[in-house]
Amino acid sequence: MTTLKVNGRDHQVDADPDTPLLYVLRNDVALNAAKFGCGLGQCGSCTVIVDGKAVLSCVTPLLLVEGKQVTTLEGLGTVAAPAPIQRAFMEEQAAQCGYCIAGMMMRAQALLMRNPKPSDAQIRAELEPHLCRCGTHMRILRAVHRAARLMDTADAASDRSVR
Amino acid sequence: MPGQLRIITGIAAIVLVAGVAAGYAVAWRPQIAAIAPPRPDTFDPDIVKRGRDLASIGNCNTCHTVQGGANYAGGLPVPTPFGTIFSSNITPDAETGIGGWPEEAFVRAMRAGVSRAGRHLYPTFPYDHFTNVSDADDRALYAFLMTRQPVHASAPANQLSFPLNYRPLIAGWKLLYFRSGDVPSDAAKGAEWNRGAYLVEGLAHCGACHTPRNALGAERVNAQFAGGDVDNWHAYALNDTSRAPVRWTADALYAYLRHGWHADHGTARGPMAEVVGNLASVPDSDVRAIAMYMADISGAPAPDRKPPADAVTPSTSADATQPNAAGAAIYAAACAACHEGNRALPYGGVNLALSTAIASPDPRNLLNIVLSGVTAVDGERSPIMPGFAASIDDAQMVALANYLRARFGKRPAWNDLDKAVRNARTVQAASLAVRDASTESTQRGKP
Repeated sequence: MTTLKVNGRDHQVDADPDTPLLYVLRNDVALNAAKFGCGLGQCGSCTVIVDGKAVLSCVTPLLLVEGKQVTTLEGLGTVAAPAPIQRAFMEEQAAQCGYCIAGMMMRAQALLMRNPKPSDAQIRAELEPHLCRCGTHMRILRAVHRAARLMDTADAASDRSVR
Repeated sequence: MPGQLRIITGIAAIVLVAGVAAGYAVAWRPQIAAIAPPRPDTFDPDIVKRGRDLASIGNCNTCHTVQGGANYAGGLPVPTPFGTIFSSNITPDAETGIGGWPEEAFVRAMRAGVSRAGRHLYPTFPYDHFTNVSDADDRALYAFLMTRQPVHASAPANQLSFPLNYRPLIAGWKLLYFRSGDVPSDAAKGAEWNRGAYLVEGLAHCGACHTPRNALGAERVNAQFAGGDVDNWHAYALNDTSRAPVRWTADALYAYLRHGWHADHGTARGPMAEVVGNLASVPDSDVRAIAMYMADISGAPAPDRKPPADAVTPSTSADATQPNAAGAAIYAAACAACHEGNRALPYGGVNLALSTAIASPDPRNLLNIVLSGVTAVDGERSPIMPGFAASIDDAQMVALANYLRARFGKRPAWNDLDKAVRNARTVQAASLAVRDASTESTQRGKP
């Protein structure tokens, strides 16, 4: 049994230590926001946040994240109370099929946590590991800027801080 | 007494004046008059094409292009023990590049490390090797560069402290260390070997990274190819002190330089990945010549190194006697799936018993590769490895490196590994910041 801290809660997980974090999140903890895209850490759709950093969960074995704080998209906000990053993506209509968007939002969130006002170039460089085949890149860029502005205003402040 | 004092003062003054004059004579180089940038159609296309191949052998773009920036427009920060030096713009822009340079000035820069304006160039520009490039090849390189797209871009000022920022001092460095014409030639070894010598010791400047440097930054002549430093990577020893578990042969070197990987040695990465990327467009015969010469001068291997035929036994099961349970567990969970998988190189992971990084006295390459991984090359099939910087913490990294070193390297543990891990992490973060900054400048550079 491994104790996995996800979105502030402890989960007892019965999985081999080499099981990818993504499988544990989806199959054992039943959090399905992180997506399986390539399974090789090449597309970014499985991105979650571990101890404040964006991590490709499909190539991260459970063993490496034991005792660390894992945050998935579900940990940022809910349908009723979306987090600034989620609100921004909705308001900019930044998703088409949406498969890549959960990962995009998680890496953007990690970026905004360490750099509250990133430049266009910094957002592009940060999201470079993420593939979007629908082509909503320009909207995604706008959404990240919008999220930065939302986080800067008091009304968007959420008590769901990323752990 | 006053008379004596006057004499002493007089002598001192004469010595001082003579010293300054001599220093001036040693350091002074004339300016070469600027020209109007020659039109591209004044160059013979065949010579331009030859120049392109030569520029690839010389790896010019690696230093003279920032990631995401315009080709050959310079501005790349090159960290040295003495400070940071920024590469120059070698596009034919008249104002900020070499557009105003006549061929004579270009040849002087290559041969003697002096700019058109008569300023000494820092030996970060490896003219200690380029001095060996032939007139014909310099002419072709000039033709190639002068037909590139001119880019208006000034490199940031070098960050060097006094007195190193005083360029005439470089003349003294040249007196001490700068020799030309030291390309070995041996008619008995045949044309290919001699071609290899010319390329390796000249334009390809292999020693610039693979030879250790002395306190003043000059390559140590008595330790040629004994392994050096580049961008916080260790450039492996290529001489008889090489730690490659399987001995390199000319054929293996050729395949490695041609394709970027070899089954007995793994994949080129870090700065060497850029070198083999450039060599991909170079004529086969030149790559063969480099491999042949290099294999020949690398010397007899240390007795504990195995010849290629004597395959290194792949170890596929964890060693029960390994005391490092934490490292073993990380290896099993994070590494073994690929490195003990059955996918063939270059898309599978190399058997770590063949890893030169793990067998080397310097842990940096292993740490860099685990933290940063191997990123896919744009638009090509290429090997990949995920980077673990965000998911592995320092203690886990130390445990893993110790485990790999003991199990696969079969050598004593590295010293100061935790410090090396912290350094590698800082450098990894810094290289990402540089990437951000360079993307920034491209954005700004747009019309």
